[in-house]
Formats: sequence, C-alpha cells, structure tokens
Amino acid sequence: MKRFFHWLITHPFISTLIFFTWLLLTSFTPGSAVLAFFLALIIPKLTDAFWVPQPKIHKPFKLVLFVFHVFYDIIVANLAVGRKVLSPSHHSRPGFIIYPLAMQEPFPITLLTSTISLSPGTLSAHLRPHDNTLLIHALDVDDREALVNFIYERYERPLKEIFGC
Amino acid sequence: MEYLGFLVELVVALLLVCGGLTAVVGGIGMVRFNDFYMRMHGPAMSSTMALGCMILASILFFWFHTGTLRFPELILTLFVLISAPVSAHLLTMSALHLKLPRQSNTQGGPFELNEKIDQD
Repeated sequence: MKRFFHWLITHPFISTLIFFTWLLLTSFTPGSAVLAFFLALIIPKLTDAFWVPQPKIHKPFKLVLFVFHVFYDIIVANLAVGRKVLSPSHHSRPGFIIYPLAMQEPFPITLLTSTISLSPGTLSAHLRPHDNTLLIHALDVDDREALVNFIYERYERPLKEIFGC
Repeated sequence: MEYLGFLVELVVALLLVCGGLTAVVGGIGMVRFNDFYMRMHGPAMSSTMALGCMILASILFFWFHTGTLRFPELILTLFVLISAPVSAHLLTMSALHLKLPRQSNTQGGPFELNEKIDQD
C-alpha cells in the first residue's frame, strides 16, 4: 500500500503546488477540486523524466515557520531601509561580503539567495561555485562577521534542517 | 453591518496608503543613492512591502464586496516572490561584469567576475 502511494505521488511538493494553484486560478468548488486532484496526479507523472532530483522536505512545519520569519524580517528591513532613505544626512557604509555556504544542493541555495535578495538592505550579487561562496552586497554594514552570523543562524541553519542536508 | 463595512474600507485604505508610501520611498531611494549596487535596494522595497500591502488590500476588498473566498492574488505574490530576486541577482551580476563604479567608502575588495573560474 505504501509502495503504491509512492508510485502514485512521485513528487509530493509539485503535486500540492499544482493542486492549490489550480484551485486559486479557478474557484473553490468540488468539481474544480476533483479536476485539480487529477491534474496534480497526472502532470508530475508525465513530466517525471525532466525533473532533476531535489532534496526532500524533511520538516514541513519548520518551512512554514521559516516563511513567517522571512516575512517578519522583510517588514523590519523595509522600515530600516526606509529610514535610511529618508534621513537627510545619510552616511551609509555599503559593503561586499563573501558568505561561505554550508550547503551543496541547488534548490536550498536558490531559496537562500532569494531570501537574501528579498529583504531590502541585503542583495545576493553573485554565486561563486568554485569555492562555494556567495557574494552579498549590503546597504549599511557595521560588523561583517555579525551579518554573516545572522544570515547563518536565521536563514541557512533552518534551511539545512528543513532539507536535511 | 454598516459599521463592519466602514471598518473594512478603513483597513483597505490604510493598506493602500502604506503600500503607496513604501513604493514612493523606494523610488526616492533609487534617486538618492550613489551607485548602482545601492540603487538595487530601492526596488526591493517596492516589490516586497508595497506589493504585499496592495495585494492584502485587494484580497480584503474583493472578499468583502463579492462575498466569495477566492484569492488569485496569492498566485501573483508567488510569481513576484520567485521572479524579483532572480532579476535582481542577474542585474547585479551584469553590473559586476561591466565593472560599474561603486561608492568610494564601499567595504570589501573590488570583486569582479573571473571568466576563467566562474564560467565552468
């Protein structure tokens, strides 16, 4: 039975994404829910050969917590950058920071760089695969070590735990 | 019911004003900052906070006025959250590639793309 479910749902994440996207695009009626269910089963099966294997999500609840943390950080960073923009004498000290990545898999690294770029004040500039580092541009940086530590504790360690890598 | 409608409209108006203000501040940031890399931080404000506020306002407004609970705006949020960081990343990479000038007190050495290392 377990094996049958594994065969039926090869990509659980993509299936859920298709299901909810279809429901959001059409309407929340039983008919469209049935159609969304079948599409969520069939589309990952048909496109199975094209997917590069990705690390599985080990802790989905931690992912939800991570998303809320990121939203909170985006609001805080927006206020900080807004204050910097509007202050009459702005003496910001921008800087480039090399951030050593502790992950190897492409998908978690993409999530990390997107998170860094989404919060105003930090911007992922360049991923350097040869020594597995990320070049970050920060708008106003006092302590470079502190920023690297903050990103590791706040974003990268939860991502590592979520994807188990 | 009358009172609730007023409350919802108040919240929607506040969210719209908040989003508009954030977008304006992001635009002012693009004008005031000195080099390309710092200017990239302005649009990040309008594509996160401003858009988020406006989408929340839209969801609330149409939820209340049509009475049906369906929000296709969430898909808009998802697509923007996926595409905005990628475009910012590519723009910054091309700026590094073109060796655009940076503000004089920028910390950290002048990083440039090394074709030999980076293109494999």
